[in-house]
Amino acid sequence: MSTSPEALLPNRRLPGDLAMWWFILAEITLFSILILAFAITQRLQPALFAAGRQALDASMGLALTLSLLTSGLLVALAVTRVRQARAGVSALLLAALGSACVYVWLKLSEYAHLLALGLDVEHDTFFTLYWLLTGLHFLHVLLGLVIIAWMAVRAWRGGYHAGNCSGLESGALYWHMVDLVWVLLFPLVYLIGAGP
Amino acid sequence: MTTLNPHLKFASQAVAKPYFVFAMILFVGQVLFGLIMGLQYVVGDFLFPLIPFNVARMVHTNLLIVWLLFGFMGAAYYLIPEEADRELHSPKLAIILFWVFAAAGVLTILGYLLVPYAGLAKLTGNELLPTMGREFLEQPTITKVGIVVVCLGFLYNVGMTLLKGRKTVISTVMMTGLIGLAVFFLFSFYNPENLARDKYYWWWVVHLWVEGVWELIMGSMLAFVLIKITGVDREVIEKWLYVIIAMALITGIIGTGHHYFYIGAPTIWLWLGSIFSALEPLPFFAMVMFAFSMVNRRRRQHPNKAASLWAIGTTVTAFLGAGVWGFMHTLAPVNYYTHGSQLTAAHGHLAFYGAYAMIVMTMISYAMPRLRGLGEAPDERAQRIEIWGFWLMTLSMVMITLFLTVAGVVQVWLQRMPADGAALSFMNTMDQLALFFWLRLIAGVFFLIGLVCYLLSFRQRGRAVLAAPAAA
Repeated sequence: MSTSPEALLPNRRLPGDLAMWWFILAEITLFSILILAFAITQRLQPALFAAGRQALDASMGLALTLSLLTSGLLVALAVTRVRQARAGVSALLLAALGSACVYVWLKLSEYAHLLALGLDVEHDTFFTLYWLLTGLHFLHVLLGLVIIAWMAVRAWRGGYHAGNCSGLESGALYWHMVDLVWVLLFPLVYLIGAGP
Repeated sequence: MTTLNPHLKFASQAVAKPYFVFAMILFVGQVLFGLIMGLQYVVGDFLFPLIPFNVARMVHTNLLIVWLLFGFMGAAYYLIPEEADRELHSPKLAIILFWVFAAAGVLTILGYLLVPYAGLAKLTGNELLPTMGREFLEQPTITKVGIVVVCLGFLYNVGMTLLKGRKTVISTVMMTGLIGLAVFFLFSFYNPENLARDKYYWWWVVHLWVEGVWELIMGSMLAFVLIKITGVDREVIEKWLYVIIAMALITGIIGTGHHYFYIGAPTIWLWLGSIFSALEPLPFFAMVMFAFSMVNRRRRQHPNKAASLWAIGTTVTAFLGAGVWGFMHTLAPVNYYTHGSQLTAAHGHLAFYGAYAMIVMTMISYAMPRLRGLGEAPDERAQRIEIWGFWLMTLSMVMITLFLTVAGVVQVWLQRMPADGAALSFMNTMDQLALFFWLRLIAGVFFLIGLVCYLLSFRQRGRAVLAAPAAA
């Protein structure tokens, strides 16, 4: 009996498209650099960052996190359903879309609040980086909305099957990448150093 | 062009030939003026007052841009009909535009050389629509209008060919790049009074050309040649092309910010420019992997080994010149010290040579034997000379880059890093760098020898064709 890794893992295959994995690698690289930049600048200017963070609401950050993670869970459940050849995929995707819309609504209200306080992108280094990081992530969420909506329509038309769901997997991968980045952003931007 | 050439899929592809030939003539001119300047760096009054340094520099950079445009146009006239699977919409228009562009180019260069620049501005009515006097966009307004007219005619010609024929990923990407080239050139007509705004939009031509739409043109030319010489499936090549152009555009467009440091633009550009342009090496690295993996997976042994070498060489040199040498001074805190130093010149030389000069020579190397009716490849001897040309030019350019890099580091050290008062003045710093400039000049002479080899390889091919009927 062979003990090579390939033999130990039956039906070993890459979920989704290779191009999506390459894209995710590039995205993760970009966000890693931004997160590092944020962390290093915080180290250099701790007082400025503590003051900036006062203007942010950590419970808002938690609500944003929960809405986005719920959406991610629903998309993952949709992929599982397709793989098990069960119905209700498009309903799950629509629910995921709804949860993501909650995130967008919450984030827009946070942005409006900060702008009303005059804390725009040119206010200070903390807010330059805040807008840059969360703004770029927000654009990815918006793209995610389009992707999930498109996948929901395709699922409604019966476009995905147990053996043929690479497109759905690629979309889910993208959405998990957006989740992952936010899970790193939430503590970094809202929490670290906020305690007494 | 009346005789039938059995080595061309479509007879109208033959219009590419004059474009390629003229591009090479201008390339020789560019290198000669580069050598004149290289000598003026160390012998300040060489050819004074006949050719002042600023005029030589203008001719050197303008010739580069124009010969690359001729190369891109020739490549499009060759590539688009073959991809669209039909004859070019109007070969006659292509030839007329060739003569218009060539005449306008030659007259402009003669204007630079024979008339003082201010006189040229007056002569060409610059005050009616002032666009002159900015680096790389020195052309008289009338020449700029001519470039727009030629571009429009060219886009109409290849666009009609594409619309009526088969639409492939390669031709669509190339067309997108060419349209972008024309659109962004329009910003050369926008010349605001405010210097910060002027620079802001000036980069929309300069940066969005070379780090944006030109990368699409380069990617599609590379993909075309790789399909031809490796026989790898089009689907595989197209998927790579998508990934490369997506990364090139995302990093390149926002990466424009690396030109907005400390010029009066909002401070967010320090972050956007640094981070996105730090990722600009990625698409170039993807091109290296693309070329190597396609050549490794080749389904046939193409007889034109020189063209394969150029295809691989252009990706590696572009990655080094545009990617690595660009990254070196792209972060805002670094650029604060290195801006406009010899490091910039080092990066400019290897990037332009690696990415654009070499991709045009790749295309010429692949297409010329067919255009000249010799077949898929020139004879062994011609290829050997061409490969000599490849290595001489490429290694010389690497040496030029290294010498300029060392000069740049010393310059920053002496002139930029010390406090006010303690720093050496510009001219005193230049004196300290003389050794590196002499070495750069020597490398430049070897580059010229390499270029002569490349051109001589075409003469050898001509001899091969004469020998063929005698052997038959």
